[in-house]
Amino acid sequence: MDTPKTMEAAHIGSSVVIKGELSGSEDLYIDGQVEGNIELKGNRLTIGPNGQIRADISAKNVVVHGKLEGNVQASERVELKNSAVAVGDIFAQKISIEDGAYFKGKVDIQKLEVSKPDLPASGKTNAAAASESVSGKSASATSPDSTLATANKTQVTEPNKI
Amino acid sequence: MATHSFMRLFRSAAVGGESTPSPSQNKQRFTRKSSGLTELGRVLRSEDSLCVLDIGSTSANNIRYLTDLGHKPYSEDLLDASTDTSLIVRDENGQQTIDTKRFLSENLTYSAALFDVVMCWNLADYMDESLVKPVVGRLWSVLKPGGALLAFFHTQEAGIDAPCYRYHILAPDTLEMQHIEAHKDARKGPAGTTQNSNPSGFRLQRVFNNRHIENLFRDFSSIKFFLTRDNIREVLVVR
Repeated sequence: MDTPKTMEAAHIGSSVVIKGELSGSEDLYIDGQVEGNIELKGNRLTIGPNGQIRADISAKNVVVHGKLEGNVQASERVELKNSAVAVGDIFAQKISIEDGAYFKGKVDIQKLEVSKPDLPASGKTNAAAASESVSGKSASATSPDSTLATANKTQVTEPNKI
Repeated sequence: MATHSFMRLFRSAAVGGESTPSPSQNKQRFTRKSSGLTELGRVLRSEDSLCVLDIGSTSANNIRYLTDLGHKPYSEDLLDASTDTSLIVRDENGQQTIDTKRFLSENLTYSAALFDVVMCWNLADYMDESLVKPVVGRLWSVLKPGGALLAFFHTQEAGIDAPCYRYHILAPDTLEMQHIEAHKDARKGPAGTTQNSNPSGFRLQRVFNNRHIENLFRDFSSIKFFLTRDNIREVLVVR
């Protein structure tokens, strides 16, 4: 089981309740309740066994041990562990579902598109773009202090009922 | 009693015949050849980006198999959803029944004619009787005209304690069967879905004969039966 390591991922404990938008540029482990939107472009989100999320999620990798209601957009991989209960659509390049996990929704595998250089002069640029695409890193700039930000918008996302 | 024992022996023989234990899996997993799946495979391989609904228990194998073929799999465990205790209501006679209307408002809520294929597996055999016809009606409406539905039905010889399996697609003609255990908080009644000689499993609710099956799918345009040696009828229907 993935456990948070203090130096590697921010940690939201099981007693914490967040309503609103949550974004950041570091790995995040949530064992509490979050309602709204979660955006961790280029980073990993882990929902712990006590985690209860009602939110649309955008991240590089998403690992679910707890409960999730909302759509997931992962630039790389989604993992539903055996204790996971996930309701919503999943868009990712790869998905793994352990025996015992509950999933209700659609899986849409996004094929990796690697552009080939067509001209020697532009080859470097294209290769750089491809490399960025493979690593799943967002081209948009992230805040330098890379701390989590919670906005007070309380835009509760209605779960996508299929 | 003697008949019951004989049927147990017969089932064991069938498991050793058409269905064989998978050595890499635990004792409750078996593999079996499936003519219905083979036939359905022709549809699945004919084009990509098909919308496929799997209403059995969540199966990573099935999702992987379908995404590898370029399809969009949808997963929804209807048998599990049907055991929600909050669905139980009392009718005008004070008898316990299932709130079918609410069940259909919370499940299978897709737009009309969305799916090319529905994998129904053995749902109708284990789901509460009051839900079977409404669910088949809803499946008809979410299937595209020409869309295919694969379902399995036990024969009389399977016996009342036939275990409920989830089905994993291993190959275009091969399924792995894994015994399903009901959730601890699963509903027990009104028809006693989880009450059974094996208390941890789902109970076979009824046995459909060919005429029942034809009636159940009478709104569909065609129906094809595949007889097997392990007391299961495979049925492929086309809307």
